[in-house]
Parts: sequence; structure tokens; C-alpha cells
Amino acid sequence: MNGAQDLGGQMGFGPIERDDGLNFHARWEERAFAVTLAMGATGAWTLDASRFARESLPPAEYLSASYYEIWAKGLEKLVVTHGLVTDEELKQGKVLVGPQQVKRVLKAEDVADVLAKGAAVDRPEHQPARYRVGDRVRTRRMHPEHHTRLPRYARDAVGSVEVVHGVHVFPDSNAHRQGERPAWLYGVTFKGRDIWGPDSDPALSLRLDLWEPYLDLA
Amino acid sequence: MSGHDHDHDHSDLSEIELRVRALETLLSEKGYIDPPALDALIETYETKIGPKNGARVVVKAWTDPEYRDRLLNDATAAIAELGFTGRQGEHMVAVENTGTTHNMVVCTLCSCYPWTVLGLPPVWYKSAPYRSRAVRDPRGVLEEFGVKLPEGKVIKVWDSTAEIRYLVIPERPPGTGDWDEERLAGLVTRDSMIGTGLAIDPRGKEPVA
Repeated sequence: MNGAQDLGGQMGFGPIERDDGLNFHARWEERAFAVTLAMGATGAWTLDASRFARESLPPAEYLSASYYEIWAKGLEKLVVTHGLVTDEELKQGKVLVGPQQVKRVLKAEDVADVLAKGAAVDRPEHQPARYRVGDRVRTRRMHPEHHTRLPRYARDAVGSVEVVHGVHVFPDSNAHRQGERPAWLYGVTFKGRDIWGPDSDPALSLRLDLWEPYLDLA
Repeated sequence: MSGHDHDHDHSDLSEIELRVRALETLLSEKGYIDPPALDALIETYETKIGPKNGARVVVKAWTDPEYRDRLLNDATAAIAELGFTGRQGEHMVAVENTGTTHNMVVCTLCSCYPWTVLGLPPVWYKSAPYRSRAVRDPRGVLEEFGVKLPEGKVIKVWDSTAEIRYLVIPERPPGTGDWDEERLAGLVTRDSMIGTGLAIDPRGKEPVA
């Protein structure tokens, strides 16, 4: 979706504020981080769904919130839309109805193993890749309201396939309970000038990882 | 852990603190989360997983040509050799800075970052100023970080749009040929592995250009 999260190429945000490098700047940030990870571990939704929950915050809210505030608000949305918590419970801050069944509850003693295992998103290849290294491809002109990982700045642009990664879970469907629909994923390189026009740094190139449904032969 | 004041009076809490606290309480009372697991998650990223991991990978690549080849060929496996695997590092790619090309990593759409080797991303990495400008004006961004690249050096910006995570292998500073791994690791900054910095040049304690 064309939400506030799609920041590449936007202007006017000012200088980059360097910081002390600490992970967290308040205790609530630690908790927001950990609650989000622990709820992710229940398997009630996908990582793509949690990204969509965050990016669908109203733009003014997204841009004025700190990052863990975005996570906390995204998580509130997820627990309600997945029926784990009711709006009224959030409002009152207390349990009013019984819990739903979740696939698993992350225990402290399993944290190290679960983190070390991760969740790979590569999947078996059921059909050959449409594109090969060196192919010129054009990204689609599209403005879906659903989750997508093709940023606006790279739409309707021509680049070259630099690597074929394999078949990966497709976020556009996986974010919306429409299944993983695994698709070929390519590393595509664009010249800065083909993205930003003639004023761009001639020595700039951009590399994005893009799924087959985003691409056509140029 | 991080020395924050944990004993605020309830009335001092900001709206977001209250919301997060209420959410945690609710989810815990409903049995979806186990609070000790939250402590373990926080402790892991505060004490165990961070840029020291990445520095070990970089130093090994600098000092062991066969490891460097394995790393550039299959970074996930090569990084796993050092014991770093898992969440937000399931599909790793290492990109090497050279005399002619500088690599820099961003996630314009959210905050994707190679957790297994760098830990959690710094605030600026997740911020609108960095995410918006890194892809359009990386040279300007680098200058803000105190790095002036030679004119004409190719800049390649990697936008982490999928689940592939990128680790930049900075150039090894000159004059470090006889240094041991531990000493070399002290030159490898977090920013140098994102590509917003360079490894520290021990001759001037300045980053090398």
C-alpha cells in the first residue's frame, strides 16, 4: 500500500539524527519489542501481516510515532483483528472474555532455540524461473491497497536481473491470510538515473529483491 | 540491564507507556505470552547478539581467504560456521567494499536488518531521514556520517525489500597486516557493516576513505 512507510526518495525529513546506539531508550520500548516478538511466536499471524499492520497506520500517526510506538500500535491492531483481544478489553485494559487457542506460547527456556532457528522463507521450486541473470526486466506500474514490497520509487522502472535467489514466500498474499503463494525472487539492479532521472549521481546503482509477479521482460 | 527507571509512579506514565503496559498485562493474563520469555528476549539482544558477531565475520573474511570465498558464495552457511544463525539472518548475503565500489544497506519500507550479525537496528536506521535519503542521495548521507567517498567511486545501495539480509564487508585498513583477530575486530564498527561508515584507520583513528 502507498502508506507512510514507503519512504524511499521522499524529501524534507532533515538530517539524520545519530544516537547513542542503545537498543532501547525506555523500559516500555523493551516491553513493546519483546511482546511483539512473543506474540509473533504464537503463530497467529505472519511477519508480513505484522508489517502491514504497522504500515496501515494513518500516515500522520506513523510519521510522528517512534519506532516501538509503531510496533505497539501495530500489535494492538493485530490482536484485535485476529480475535485474540476485543476492542473493549483494550479500552478497559482488562480481560472480559476467555482466551482463544493459539498454536504455541513462547517459554523463556525456548527463547534461545527459537531465535537461533529463525523462520526461513525459501520454498521448493515447482516451476522454472521465468527470468535469468542478465535479463532486462521492467517493474510493474501498480498501486495495490494491500501489502507489497515493491516500493513506489522503483515501480515502472527497468533494471537487470543480477541474481536468482530461489523461491520465497510472497508477502503480498502472505500478509493477508491468502497463503504463502511462493514465487521466484530476484535481485534486480537499477541505475540511479533510471530511477531518479538525469540529475541522479551517475555512479549510483540500486539493488532490490523483487518477486516474479512484480516483473515483466523489458 | 539498561538502567532505566523502572519505578515510576503510575501517574507519571505517558500514554504509550500505559498502552504497552496494558497490552502486556492483557496478553499475559490471557495466556498468550509468558513474561519470563519477554525478559529472555530483551536480555538476548542486550547482551548476546550484536555487532560484535558481525565484526568476527568481517575479521575472518579479512584474514582467511578461503572463508572470504565461502562467505561471498553462501553467507548464511559461512556465518553459521561461527555460530550465528536464526531470526532475521535466515537468508544472508555478504557484500564486499572494494577500491571501486562502496555498498550501503537500507530498508526503505520498514527496518529490515541482519539481526544475527548486527543485533537490533539503531534508531537512525529506522528513521524517516535515513530511509528516505539513502536510496536517492547516499553520497550526501555518507557525508553526514563523516565519510567522503572519492569522486566516481560506485555506490551501490541495497534496499532490503525481501527477507534477504545484507552484511557489508568493509575494506581492511592499510598497515594492519600483522594484527591479530581481536585487534582487528576493534576496527570494525557497526556502521562500517551497514555501509554508512568505514573501518577505523588505526593510523589516525579516522575512518579510511
